[in-house]
Amino acid sequence: MPEIKLVKVSKHICRDIDLTIRDGEILVIVGTTGAGKTTLLNVIAGVTDYRGKVLIDDVDVNKAPPRKRGVGYLLQGLSLFPHLTVASNIAFGVEAKGDSKIDVAKRVLTLMEMMRITHLAGRYPHMLSGGEKKRVALARSLAPSPNILLLDEPTSSLDRQTSKYLRSELLFLLRKLAVTCVYVTHDLREAEEIADRIAVMSKGKLEQVSTPRDLFFDPRDRSVAEFIGMPNIIECTRSRMLAPGVVEVESGDLRIVLPYDGNSLSKIAIHPNDIYLSAVRDPGPALNRFTGKVEEIIHQGVTVRVRVSIGKTVLLTEMSEDAFEEMAIAQGQEVHVVIKMRRLRYVEA
Amino acid sequence: MREGTERLQSASGILPIVVFVAVWEAVGRLGPFAGQLVFPPFSAVIVEFYHLTANGVLGENFLSSLTRVLIGLFSGSVAGIAVGILMGWRDVANKALGPIISLLFPIPALGWLPLLMLWIGINEMLPITIIFICSFFPVVYNTATGIRNVDRTYIRAAEILGASPLRVLFRIIVPLALPNIFTGLRLEAGMSWRVLLAAEMVAMPTGIGALLMKAESLVRVDIILVCLIVLSIMCLVFEKGLALAERRMVGKWSNHA
Repeated sequence: MPEIKLVKVSKHICRDIDLTIRDGEILVIVGTTGAGKTTLLNVIAGVTDYRGKVLIDDVDVNKAPPRKRGVGYLLQGLSLFPHLTVASNIAFGVEAKGDSKIDVAKRVLTLMEMMRITHLAGRYPHMLSGGEKKRVALARSLAPSPNILLLDEPTSSLDRQTSKYLRSELLFLLRKLAVTCVYVTHDLREAEEIADRIAVMSKGKLEQVSTPRDLFFDPRDRSVAEFIGMPNIIECTRSRMLAPGVVEVESGDLRIVLPYDGNSLSKIAIHPNDIYLSAVRDPGPALNRFTGKVEEIIHQGVTVRVRVSIGKTVLLTEMSEDAFEEMAIAQGQEVHVVIKMRRLRYVEA
Repeated sequence: MREGTERLQSASGILPIVVFVAVWEAVGRLGPFAGQLVFPPFSAVIVEFYHLTANGVLGENFLSSLTRVLIGLFSGSVAGIAVGILMGWRDVANKALGPIISLLFPIPALGWLPLLMLWIGINEMLPITIIFICSFFPVVYNTATGIRNVDRTYIRAAEILGASPLRVLFRIIVPLALPNIFTGLRLEAGMSWRVLLAAEMVAMPTGIGALLMKAESLVRVDIILVCLIVLSIMCLVFEKGLALAERRMVGKWSNHA
């Protein structure tokens, strides 16, 4: 599978981007709207003019038109051809390669079976649901057997359940096909699930390119940390197995229980959203529940961040303004802290 | 229930025509011109229609007109679509031809008649050329607009999928422009009959228009009305025929494109 190199690429908001997408890897580009994510995909696909260089397997493809780059591209708007049936949409790219009619039919059938859309073959795009359209568009972009797959927000505008389902299927498919894939999303959780590496983009610049774990445990600067939600990084001084698949880690005054099936942990990351505060003690087992003191309250528009100290450890928590007002907590007040166990990220020792 | 509603709708479309014919018949028989040649009742027109058909006069003239319209409309539309595609697809063609088309488009087709009479003479080519001009310019305009209005993202998607420029043009751009192209064709299908009639009235010895002029000189209002009814029906048949072709070709998707 090919390696893609962008050298000093500039287009629109993107300025002097240097990026290498390794052979066969899934690189997920995350960033807010307008960060330049789609622009980068367009540059790789060659559907826009740009400054700088794009190399595919060390070959300069700057002058190659889109059809010569061996790229499959799932456009954000999908752009299924409205006048062609599902089968004809999928066949389009294979026919363009000049394959025989029998080969085209075989390939179309294979892809429809792979995406489980055989029953939709004769339908027109306007007859499909959002999820079905995404599957058809994905089948169409895979049909000419590209070595590089560019996916622009493939699960956006779907309901949560469908999105989750499509994502897991997509991951399975990407691993199976072993293509080099650049995947754009604004959903960090999605990026974490899919990515070999994550590239964080902001205002046309690549802020950090690293594995999901490195991104969460070692954000390059405050802007990246802010983008990934300012996780609390806790150094583990000791860990012990409570039961198979469950460990208790110790860090200062905290003892946190989490699902883990290895030997020992060195760090855990807790997202501020995954820490709940309460003015009164909630009923239930004392697992991952602590008593702390409100150190600082930071209003941020629709959300509020609260720093809470538990002994010598300070945790950052985040909640909606409404939830904060309902709790009516103040600086210096004692609060009850609950850490959601299943959402913890960790680094092994 | 739905079938009943459809029948009712179709009946309500025919009803005004039935009333119109009944009033015409009544006025023709009982009105101030009853019994005079200047306002024959509907039944007299139908009888004359039968006579003209039976003696072959109507058939012969109709066939002449139909041939002229078919040749003129077909060649004008094909040329119009070809030039329109070129202008919509390539900027350079649009820049080269656009100003000329814009200059010639506003001239009414019949405005060309005196010039063409001198250039071509009074022969079969005259009405055919007039119809060619009548259909060519609007079809060029609608086709070029349709081609230019095709969403760029479809073109981009086709290019990424490996299609050559010609494949993009004929598999994506032209089909997506069909609704616009058909709009031009539908408008001109009816218009070509109207223009033909005028051309034949002025300059041709045969055809429905020529028959109309002969009837006028003989004060045969019934024949004039037969010719006008034929004209009206043919305009309708051509427009509806093209609308049907459009529905067949693009109806499955065009409202959702």
